[in-house]
Amino acid sequence: MSPKETTIEQRIIAVLVDNEPGVLARVIGLFSGRGYNIESLTVSEVDPQKELSRITIVTSGTPMILEQIKAQLDRLVPIHSVSDLTMEGPFVERDLALIKVVCAGQKRVEALRIADIFRARVVDSGHKHFVFEIWGQAGKLNAFIELMRPLGLTDVSRTGIVAIARGPKGL
Amino acid sequence: MAREQMTGSAMVIRALVDQGVDVVFGYPGGAVLPIYDALFEQNALRHILVRHEQGAVHAAEGYARSTGKVGVVLVTSGPGATNAVTGLTDALMDSIPVICLTGQVPTHLIGNDAFQEADTTGITRPCTKHNYLVKTIEDLPRVMHEAVYVATHGRPGPVVIDLPKDILQAKGDYVAPEKVEHRSYRPQVKAEPARLKQAVEMIAKAKKPLVYSGGGVINAGPKAAKLLKKFVHMTGVPCTNTLMGLGAFPATDPQFVGMLGMHGTYEANLAMYECDVMVAIGARFDDRITGKLDEFAPNSKKIHIDIDPSSINKNVMVDLPIVGDAGRVLADMIKLWERDERQIDQKALKAWWAKIDGWRGRDCLKYKQAGKVIKPQYAIERLYELTKDRDTYITTEVGQHQMWAAQFYKFNAPNRWMTSGGLGTMGYGFPAALGVQVAHPESLVIDIAGEASFLMNIQELSTIAQYNLPVKVFVVNNQWMGMVRQWQELLHGERYSESYMDSLPDFVKLAEAFGAVGILAEKPEELDDKIMEMIETPRPVIFDCRVDQMENCFPMIPSGAPHYQMLLGPNDKADKPISEEGMVLV
Repeated sequence: MSPKETTIEQRIIAVLVDNEPGVLARVIGLFSGRGYNIESLTVSEVDPQKELSRITIVTSGTPMILEQIKAQLDRLVPIHSVSDLTMEGPFVERDLALIKVVCAGQKRVEALRIADIFRARVVDSGHKHFVFEIWGQAGKLNAFIELMRPLGLTDVSRTGIVAIARGPKGL
Repeated sequence: MAREQMTGSAMVIRALVDQGVDVVFGYPGGAVLPIYDALFEQNALRHILVRHEQGAVHAAEGYARSTGKVGVVLVTSGPGATNAVTGLTDALMDSIPVICLTGQVPTHLIGNDAFQEADTTGITRPCTKHNYLVKTIEDLPRVMHEAVYVATHGRPGPVVIDLPKDILQAKGDYVAPEKVEHRSYRPQVKAEPARLKQAVEMIAKAKKPLVYSGGGVINAGPKAAKLLKKFVHMTGVPCTNTLMGLGAFPATDPQFVGMLGMHGTYEANLAMYECDVMVAIGARFDDRITGKLDEFAPNSKKIHIDIDPSSINKNVMVDLPIVGDAGRVLADMIKLWERDERQIDQKALKAWWAKIDGWRGRDCLKYKQAGKVIKPQYAIERLYELTKDRDTYITTEVGQHQMWAAQFYKFNAPNRWMTSGGLGTMGYGFPAALGVQVAHPESLVIDIAGEASFLMNIQELSTIAQYNLPVKVFVVNNQWMGMVRQWQELLHGERYSESYMDSLPDFVKLAEAFGAVGILAEKPEELDDKIMEMIETPRPVIFDCRVDQMENCFPMIPSGAPHYQMLLGPNDKADKPISEEGMVLV
């Protein structure tokens, strides 16, 4: 009953939207305008025929704020559905990173060895650099990136989290 | 489906007419000249030329709120659109259905910083319910019809349609409106039966119930207000209205306990504080209503009926959320109540009313009209008494006069009271009155104004002169930004920084300059005669009512204070200093 809830929770929210100009701005504007957090946000068209895009947002807040975020998203006109994947049952989440490591000598061997452990793939390489591709849960990617840091990490590009509910049911 | 070739401009007008629109409030400019050309060639749509785009939006709001129909605005690109932003934000905050057509530079120039170009959809995205930039002529008919649907369905609000000039000049097929089924926007209007049943049970078991209704009941139409009255009567519970909800329940009804909130009545606010079951209908627990959240109605179970799910659990956690249209939900609850022959424990209800009557006994709105100066409360009370039996519409500006109007003008029907509640826009009332008068040419339309607010959109005097709209501006003139002065007195150590209205015009001469009638009232004994003179003048009137400059608006809940810490009068402030926490709040 008290408005002063302090427990901060993280949620992954999947939003199905009309793929029309400005729709992403509406979503982002809603978050910035009302002071909500965005930890990661990905968007891509998922149904060209129906012109639908799917936005996956990782956000955090008190339970009251999280309910507000969902209700506020749901009332945006071009939004078809809002799903709280974290709350609605088991789900699969993936994050993909491309990681550039510039190194020579023994460090190259070490980088490759760690990449092997993490099942990262080399997608580009030269005498002085590797580009690794790694995907999985965000925590695994973070760990890999930390291990690469002393070996010459120079560039990281990540997709942010995409997620989907387990089981046969769709959005 | 009938298809017809026409230009974009003709399509815009045709679509509005097909949607039942008969008047637009607008101001021409380069980018919308094709629409003005098309307007010139037809008679179905009436155009009211305002003198500033902000005035156009407020006029459309007044029109919409007094008729229940959508209000339509037509402005040009760039400054036309940016001037409309305040009005759009006002309409968004108060859930008023408005369509705002904005001109735009031709599509090939968009993004080039062209003359009178502004990113209208970007600027208006956070201050509209939805907006469109029409990029092809094929999209235009659909967007026009869809926009009206979006503005008027669910929780109403403003919708902007940005129209590039080349689209207005292009030719295409017009498609008449069919039953719009929006791809994604389908608000829930009918509530879940299980929740309705639970609500009825909770109310029936209550010992100290209270209905707290807001603007949503007005938006749900006059039928919803009738149902509210029926429900309150059949249950016997007390009813309070928000500022936006005034008129939804008759103010002269014995079960009405007055407006609640910061300047609400003692009985309404204490009833909120002490109730055990609160039924909120079409209200949104605004900070002006709740006061200190931690101590807001602490012992109550709360039922919240609203068409907008995002209004529920936003500020206050409720026990039973019900999403649906206020009218539909009330009708369903009445049915259930009758079917199950429910009744509230009469003994408890009687005790609850006895308590409320005790609070009423404080007579929190009392003031003393003595001496040679008109008290502002007296001015509004007399205005009410002399106009209550007429077909009257009241608009207000924002400030002390607005609160006195809300306290002393008793509304017994919905859609008769137009005020800027959410945004608190000074300068709203006069153009809104203009819009109301256009919709109801034979009615008495009065803008209860403050002299400071009136000056903010005073250019519309020229509009009412042009169309001979007999709007009455009742200026409660205390020569101060009264509410600012009141806060400075109570919260800022009587340091009256920049709140004195110096160099005010002579309102009587000003009226004459615009071809209106000016009336000056300075003495209490002449007030009635002069008000009657105003009412009987079939032309626009500016009524300069000089009132007590130092009068404050009570009761008042200082910001950040709970309901039971009301200041009831000027002698109340000393022993209840405002907390630091309250000082930072607006």
